[in-house]
Amino acid sequence: MNEAIQLILFMVALAALAPLLGKYMAKVFMGEKHIMKPVFGWFEKSVYRVSGIKSEEEMNWKTYLYGVLLFNLFGFVLLFLLQILQAYLPLNTEKLPNVSWHLAFNTAMSFTTNTNWQSYSGENTLSYMVQMLGLTVQNFVSAATGISVVLALIRGLTRKTTDSLGNFWADMTRSVVYVLLPLAIILTMALVGQGAVQTFSHYVKATTLQGTEQVIPLGPAASQIAIKQLGTNGGGFFNSNSSHPFENPSPFSNFLEMFALIIISASLVFTYGHYAKSKRHARAIFITMYILFAVGIAISLWSEYSHNDVLNVSGGMEGKETRFGVMNSVLWSVTTTVTSNGSVNAMHDSLSPLSGMVSMFNMMLGEIIFGGVGSGLYGIIIFIILTVFIAGLMVGRTPEYLGKKVEAFEMKMAILAVLAPSIVIKLFSAIACSVPAGLSSLNNAGPHGLSEILYAFSSAAGNNGSAFAGLNANTVFYNLMIGFGMLIGRFGVIVPVMAIAGSMAKKKITPVSLGTFKTDNWLFVLLLIGVILIVGGLTFFPPLALGPIVEHLLMNLGVTF
Amino acid sequence: MEKQNMSRLFTREIAVQAIKDSFIKLNPSALVRNPVIFIVGIGALMTTVVVILDIYAGNFSSFNFQITLWLWFTVLFANFAEAVAEGRGKAQADSLRKSRTKTKARRLVHNIEEIALATDLKKGDIVICEAGDIIPADGDVIEGIASVDESAITGESAPVIRESGGDRCAVTGGTKVISDRIIIKVTSDPGNTFLDRIIALVEGAKRQKTPNEIALTILLSGLTIIFLLVVVSLPAYFGYSLKASGVPANHNLTLPVLISLLVCLIPTTIGGLLSAIGISGMDRLLRKNVIATSGKAIEAAGDTDVLLLDKTGTITLGNRMATEFIPAEGFTKEQLADAAQLASLADETPEGRSIVILAKEQFNIRGREINPTGTVLIPFTSQTRMSGIDLRPNGQLRSIRKGAADAIKTFIQNNNGFFPEKVEEVINDLSRQGSTPLVVAENNQVLGVVHLKDIVKGGIKQRFAELRKMGIKTVMITGDNPLTAAAIAAEAGVDDFMAEAMPEDKLQRIRDEQANGHLVGMIGDGTNDAPALAQADVGLAMNTGTQAAREAGNMVDLDSNPTKLIEVVETGKQLLMTRGALTTFSIANDVAKYFAIIPAIATLLYITSSGVSPLSVLNIMKLSTPESAILSAVIFNALIIIALIPLALKGVKYRPISATRVLALNMVIYGIGGIIIPFIGIKLIDMLLVSTHMI
Repeated sequence: MNEAIQLILFMVALAALAPLLGKYMAKVFMGEKHIMKPVFGWFEKSVYRVSGIKSEEEMNWKTYLYGVLLFNLFGFVLLFLLQILQAYLPLNTEKLPNVSWHLAFNTAMSFTTNTNWQSYSGENTLSYMVQMLGLTVQNFVSAATGISVVLALIRGLTRKTTDSLGNFWADMTRSVVYVLLPLAIILTMALVGQGAVQTFSHYVKATTLQGTEQVIPLGPAASQIAIKQLGTNGGGFFNSNSSHPFENPSPFSNFLEMFALIIISASLVFTYGHYAKSKRHARAIFITMYILFAVGIAISLWSEYSHNDVLNVSGGMEGKETRFGVMNSVLWSVTTTVTSNGSVNAMHDSLSPLSGMVSMFNMMLGEIIFGGVGSGLYGIIIFIILTVFIAGLMVGRTPEYLGKKVEAFEMKMAILAVLAPSIVIKLFSAIACSVPAGLSSLNNAGPHGLSEILYAFSSAAGNNGSAFAGLNANTVFYNLMIGFGMLIGRFGVIVPVMAIAGSMAKKKITPVSLGTFKTDNWLFVLLLIGVILIVGGLTFFPPLALGPIVEHLLMNLGVTF
Repeated sequence: MEKQNMSRLFTREIAVQAIKDSFIKLNPSALVRNPVIFIVGIGALMTTVVVILDIYAGNFSSFNFQITLWLWFTVLFANFAEAVAEGRGKAQADSLRKSRTKTKARRLVHNIEEIALATDLKKGDIVICEAGDIIPADGDVIEGIASVDESAITGESAPVIRESGGDRCAVTGGTKVISDRIIIKVTSDPGNTFLDRIIALVEGAKRQKTPNEIALTILLSGLTIIFLLVVVSLPAYFGYSLKASGVPANHNLTLPVLISLLVCLIPTTIGGLLSAIGISGMDRLLRKNVIATSGKAIEAAGDTDVLLLDKTGTITLGNRMATEFIPAEGFTKEQLADAAQLASLADETPEGRSIVILAKEQFNIRGREINPTGTVLIPFTSQTRMSGIDLRPNGQLRSIRKGAADAIKTFIQNNNGFFPEKVEEVINDLSRQGSTPLVVAENNQVLGVVHLKDIVKGGIKQRFAELRKMGIKTVMITGDNPLTAAAIAAEAGVDDFMAEAMPEDKLQRIRDEQANGHLVGMIGDGTNDAPALAQADVGLAMNTGTQAAREAGNMVDLDSNPTKLIEVVETGKQLLMTRGALTTFSIANDVAKYFAIIPAIATLLYITSSGVSPLSVLNIMKLSTPESAILSAVIFNALIIIALIPLALKGVKYRPISATRVLALNMVIYGIGGIIIPFIGIKLIDMLLVSTHMI
């Protein structure tokens, strides 16, 4: 009962607060007056002054994209260098050695792409310096990159006959200063209040009741946790992520962290509504996401709680967050995979086959059900373009979206954006389960092993970062494969998205009439869900059948892995 | 051209030719234009090699052979669909070609007549045509008037009048002069005549992919790549699963099976029918006697959301008609009718003729021979804006005039008469109703008013209501004053009107609408319509119009029926709908095919104590054997192309309802239907295969 109330509270809070935050963000990015301007306005201005940004200068899509790529390249190189040189740098209290080149490559790629896949174990591998200057900073800016790209796309879709898509540097700065930073500060305070650690002191050594010595790692965790959740990053300060009591001390902190990881992505949908001057369209997108999210939760809960006659278990607790119960573990697992967050409070490896599949499928769809901060929205807009094209033809007009014709160029780019993550998941998994270097990392046999590999590459391609922990990913093979997977999954989408933004901005807007394909009603919601599920389902049915589906069927026959 | 019966989609000859063409189209350079079918072709080639190797190795597999056969059928069926569509066009082109002239032309050089071959005529040459001659080339009449039989082009047997000057001066090569003599200035070079272009268009020789077709091809290619990835990566997962199941690597996921899976998943249905849909769109227009200069124009027609329609001929029946005589005080209707008829005897305008007819109908007043002595006909001039007659029956002058109210007022005042107030009221009344009052006066007295009325075409109001439901705005263009225009606009049910419109206003209006993001369709015939026709997104020129108008528009209506624009829009919409419906159907089909093929290839995986693979529960159709399951899916996939050819040629049913309702309806039919039908079809084929021991 208590769990049901928590679940309902979560869903209601999401639907209630997203429009409010969405409106606030619209004000921030449209340059209107808002409550944070007096508080942080000086900060925004000084950033512009110091870095010589002319915030009013509009960019075309190529210039904007150039800014995105250059900025991320710089972030990647910096993070890579910080890791391979950490032994020579300050704030390395535990005297941790330099990180191996391939792990550094993987981690740098992971944090610049907003994935936060962790092949390393935070407390044993990275110094405070790397965690703060490298990871935490990337947690902010990779999320801000996502927001900026979607802002450019939104402007492209809502402006007419223009080249200008806004200013990348201004969008970045505003995302950080007015959205991510204030929310992170509030969340950090709340988490510290609940007992999350935030310190620079040495790890604590304690003697346990058995008389053995235990090292208890500490660190400036709370601040990183706040942004890892808010920015759909997901990279924990500690290896066990939000199942670690220092990261996630109480049921309330658990609730807050879950809520934080979805709220910005959900709110951006409403921000879009303000730009497009169509709250109804925003609501339709939100409802689509909300339904897919709710169905995922329902399947997962059903699968976890349903009684298995052969094994005689129900509501299996293996790998779940024992402090908060099965529901909170399941809710977190679905929430963290629909958004591209990837932080965990339970071991997804131990989820029942079907709820594991739900998590995996969420990522395979390309992280579009709420999705990553910014990236979720631009991802679903790609699917909307596909939907509008296929279904829109059936009303007897050249398909149009928000009054703009969808033509060959947009189609080409949309297909590229769908293909990029799809290639990573299918081809990279196929390679991994065919070569010894891929197979030797598996801890589990049978279909579960295949699921682990699929999960890893789905996580990389969707820039999620969560893992079916059964896979030993810190090998040269996986570090490189997953590293490139994250790169393709992120920028293989961003580049075509920016191209669409550029070409849509140039178009005229056809006024709405009765002959227009409506994108703000239930029919549209159903069509969008249909296209998402059918395209996703058709693309991934064979591997899912050979992984989690057969595992589920076998489990019902009493065979487990 | 011969109008074919729409109920018969194709004749025997077309079918035979199309079967031949299906094989000719196997040529890779032709096949590559259609990426989806090209992939099927490559797959078929690969399985053919497998079958040949099988035979050499001495273990012929009936399954592989049948798969190969059906893969080739899939390609041939797609080719057949295209060939049939082209065949229908070709049949029409042939009948057109027959009428292409091989006659001699009478060319005038420095006023000396000489005989030249029609094919030698150049732009700018002058030729003479008399009754019985076939007009040798496209041109404009520069002298004379003649009736011309244009049935070779339009299929319409009634002759039309062609005369120099004005908007009916264009003649088309291949048509025949039936009376009189005209001098024509040739306006096209040989091989580039109107007829040549029509033939090239209907034959599809110049067919280019339209923008929407290109975009759709990209989508289909993208889906093909996605499914290619599915199939290419499958052996790896499968190999892993076999090893995990403890089955030796010698497994049943052979190359023909993989290719079957690929062919079933990629959108072959729409891929195979796509070009047939495009060609038949043009063909359907042609059957309505409209010739589009490109497929792009037809697509644009579907997108049109503003139609500019000339009032006269489109919304109203040609011209104003006299419907009532309203006498002034002191005169009878008959007196008025008599005077009005006299004033109209020499008036050859339709209005004038309608007055003569009305007088005859109502009062049996016959048209009379007018005694030439002393009788002066006063023709209409733009200065006086009156016409009439001066008679001297008994030496006494009867000066009868009819004209617009203010013109007659001036006439009366000049004759020291006075204009009755009652008549003034009638005039205002009629104006408000959208009618034209024509005042008749004799000497210094006003006899009364003739009520000239615009007759709105029957059924047009409903047509406009349908257009409104489809989200199309109609704008009436008229030279009338705003008051009259408003009344007719209300009666016809158009959304907007432009009164006192000049040709330049039309052009400006199109530009304005386009600047606001609208796509504009319009009809025109005159030379002064040419700029507007060129500016409009869909410019439908009347065949009776001038050469300039026909050149400027992107469609020509051979029947010269302005209402046709509405049908053109409908055809455009139908074309796009058909593409969308078949794409949806094609993708939805994949669900059933997965449920046929995946359990079929997984039979060896993770076999439990019960002796079957747990994945066999996915075989929800309960197909007999793995082979029959795969073969049934492939056969269904091939046959559905044939089954849908009629739909591709005829287009999905068009209904004048709003976009949302059309979408919901088509989604149910082609989306949900597309999911369900293959389950039934595959199951039936499977039962048939098993019962006939084909497998």
